[in-house]
Amino acid sequence: MALILDLLVQGSQMALVLALAPLLTGFVRKVKARLTRRQGASIIQPYRDLLRLLRKEVVLAQNASWLFRSAPYLIFATTWVAAALVPTFATGLYFSWTADLIALVALLGSARFYQALAGMDVGTSFGGIGSSREVMIASFAEPAMLLTVFTVALVAGSTQLSTIAEVMSSSHVGLRVSLGMALFAMIMVAIAENARIPVDNPATHLELTMVHEAMILEYSGRHLALIEFAASLKLLLYCSLIACIFMPWSLASAEAGPVAYLVGGVVYLGKLVLLGFALAVFETAIAKMRVFRVPQFLGAALMLSLLGTLLLFVSRTL
Amino acid sequence: MSGAAIEMSAVLALLGVAVLALVLSRREQATAIVYGATLVISVIALGNAAMRLIGDPAGVSDLVLPFGLPWLGAHFHLDALAGFFLVVINLGGAIASLYALGYGRHESAPHRVLPFFPAFLAGMNMVVMAADAFSFLFSWEFMSLVSWALVMSHHREADNARAGYVYLVMASLGTLALLLAFGLLAGPQGAYGFAAIKAGTHDPAISALVLALMLLGAGSKAGLVPLHVWLPLAHPAAPSHVSALMSGVMTKVAVYAFIRVVFDLIGQTSWWMSAVILLLGGITAVLGILQAMLEKDLKRLLAYSTIENIGIIFVGLGLALAFRGSGMGVAAALAFTGALFHVVNHSLFKSLLFMGAGAVLTATGERDMEKLGGLIHRMPQTSLAFLAGCLAISALPPLNGFVSEWLAFQAVLQSPQLPDWGLKILVPAIGGLMALTAALVAATFVKTLGIAFLGRPRSEAAERAKEVDMFSLTALFLLAGLCLIGGILPGLVIDALQPLSQALVGSRLPLQSAEPWLSIAPIAETRSSYDGMLVFVFIAVSAAAAAYLIHRLASRAVRRGPAWGCGFPEYSPVAQYSGASFAQPIRRIFATLVLGASETVTMPPPGDTAPARLTVVVVDPIWTKLYLPVTGAIGWTAERLNRLQFLTIRQYLSLVFGALITLLLVLALWP
Repeated sequence: MALILDLLVQGSQMALVLALAPLLTGFVRKVKARLTRRQGASIIQPYRDLLRLLRKEVVLAQNASWLFRSAPYLIFATTWVAAALVPTFATGLYFSWTADLIALVALLGSARFYQALAGMDVGTSFGGIGSSREVMIASFAEPAMLLTVFTVALVAGSTQLSTIAEVMSSSHVGLRVSLGMALFAMIMVAIAENARIPVDNPATHLELTMVHEAMILEYSGRHLALIEFAASLKLLLYCSLIACIFMPWSLASAEAGPVAYLVGGVVYLGKLVLLGFALAVFETAIAKMRVFRVPQFLGAALMLSLLGTLLLFVSRTL
Repeated sequence: MSGAAIEMSAVLALLGVAVLALVLSRREQATAIVYGATLVISVIALGNAAMRLIGDPAGVSDLVLPFGLPWLGAHFHLDALAGFFLVVINLGGAIASLYALGYGRHESAPHRVLPFFPAFLAGMNMVVMAADAFSFLFSWEFMSLVSWALVMSHHREADNARAGYVYLVMASLGTLALLLAFGLLAGPQGAYGFAAIKAGTHDPAISALVLALMLLGAGSKAGLVPLHVWLPLAHPAAPSHVSALMSGVMTKVAVYAFIRVVFDLIGQTSWWMSAVILLLGGITAVLGILQAMLEKDLKRLLAYSTIENIGIIFVGLGLALAFRGSGMGVAAALAFTGALFHVVNHSLFKSLLFMGAGAVLTATGERDMEKLGGLIHRMPQTSLAFLAGCLAISALPPLNGFVSEWLAFQAVLQSPQLPDWGLKILVPAIGGLMALTAALVAATFVKTLGIAFLGRPRSEAAERAKEVDMFSLTALFLLAGLCLIGGILPGLVIDALQPLSQALVGSRLPLQSAEPWLSIAPIAETRSSYDGMLVFVFIAVSAAAAAYLIHRLASRAVRRGPAWGCGFPEYSPVAQYSGASFAQPIRRIFATLVLGASETVTMPPPGDTAPARLTVVVVDPIWTKLYLPVTGAIGWTAERLNRLQFLTIRQYLSLVFGALITLLLVLALWP
């Protein structure tokens, strides 16, 4: 009985991230539109887009291979598994020990691997430019993310997200320099990984400087729907991750029961609104940077995360 | 028969096959006979070593043969460490033989390969079995020379003679260093047996010197920076199944030699020794992968990536040594297990990738990636296996490469408790280098697969490629399967490695097969855990469910159309991204600093219709800053000494006389 309940809670989290991801994307778009004094599309427009794309036929390039056709499913599956393993409303879920933070980073890395390969499959220069820049960005973002993970793991004494959330919400962690650096680094990485301004622009693929949209230019129909869905899931994942590590308040523990789950869920929604709003404000306020400026931006993230880790090696209380 | 006796009989059988091959080599059936025989012998030796490792890990079986040094005899032994490396060697050997049953048929000069291949396998087995300094050095030199012969098998091709020459020089240097190391360990009494060396105590200064010599001797064979320069020349020059063995297995024999001496024979070590190993490992990893990223020759790229993986293994070993020296048992076991796990993994996926490159070579005759492309349509099965290898080497879950990477990171996270400040500052920096390496590896293998297999064919040869034979494909898929099994059942591998960890770092990890759901939790589940099996199942189930539901409920219609060519009709495959253009951002960011990469554009004057040229120059700073001055100095000295050949008889006589007097004087004045 307890097992069934555990599985039910785990299952509801998997469904929750799936249901919420397009909503978060829609919300960010809406806020951005309002901030630039536009009406903007409805907040549920991403759902409509996904459904429309799913029902359309796929137009494949003549040269597309089996890798190109299977990549969207793999990208979607890996991103979904990763997103479902981050605690949203409760910690210590039944399968939470399946993958720790390092494995989570690697799961996102494999989604990126398939994506970059798919970009090169058709053999157009557009796909190549996107893949090439994507791996360049990843060569900074991934080490920065891993070092951030190191910082957090050293503070919490664990790489398990559930344990980290519990330690972070306990009173003896407090404000720390190293965690501040880790937070900044993680936000910078999140902006780059989700192809947001100033690193990339999610709203267009008609500029030569685009990265993510250039890779997926040849995709259409259900394939495109899955990739768009995976992109929304990734945004939700990073928001959940930042919320879980740096704002771990009101996370229900494993056996807390329905009321605590409900409270956790409502607070989680509040955190998402907050982070989504902040992202929209930030994106509206800043301009996109040149591609070869990106290494400086992410290099700063890398340095911050390395400093954070070093500080913890020097003293466990910093 | 004891385990050691069976193993040595296998070695003898391999040597017998080598002699047989010498007789048969010009016959038609020789290829099938020789590789069939090595396959059978390797499988038997593999079974024997695996039985030792799993069945009786603590036991040692000895064998003394009546040759070698007259007062010592030739000692051979089979303990847990030797058993583990014998598994790696013979697994690699068996699969390479299977592959070569198909691949070897395309060999243009079989009489230059067939006799040496079994001898090479025998040599590697002997190195690991040897239990005294003489047998060890004899086997080591035998292995080096036979592999040199294999590197030179296509000696008329442009760069191969140079590769063979550089390899020979570096191998001699390595053996010299090992000779001195064993001389120091044996001491004035001449205790050359490993058991005697282990029983003796060694002065700290001697230990430090031995470590330096081992880094020189084993490091040069493994490809540790700055002794790596021969590796990207020599490994690709051999036939592909031999390249797979050299990169996947022979470098591991060097790792074995390092572990045997530094972990087993020296005894106590001090913290700065581990710092040196860590630093060399970290630099090796980053330099290796950067050069791989910029390389356009498929096999040479893989050789550079071998250097990177050796760096990761040495980082693991350095951490294990540091933890062992500080008395942190479990952390030492964690780092050591991670390093050995990576030894297995690298031998699997590097063999897979080299054999994949061999299949491409058979199908197209090309190693230059800029002339490949589109192979996924013509060689779908090879492409699938190669994709598995790329995923594994890029440390992506659920394959095996990720598990060893994960263990290494977990070990790094244990290091703040280290007491020495030098290590405390160094280890996070090394962790950062490893994280950077991991990202660059993924970038490199996106490039490798993307340029060589995806896109449109860039040459006629690539357009006409055909899928390779069944033997090669079986070998490729066998390796891909092993990569997957290692990734989803990591607990089995970790448990099998624990006797070694117990023997060499004095501590072991908790039993992983007791963990629920086949997960691994090296220290405690609340600290860190990973479950490759469940990750694999989750990904497979959710991908399959998404595909099924979408095809069932939404749409399954497909139409083919031309790709969007930015408005240009029929644009040529040359306009695709090439390997060089793919690597350009990373080259500009990292390589201008580290490798002195520079690019010059030569534009024709206005009105001239000649094409513009872009030239990219990448130099290995170690080659220009270290090797060229040394070779220059040797050349200069040789030039001066050359005069000695043109003296008159009187001058020769006075020279001999002077030398005699000097020697006598030295002897008289010697305290």
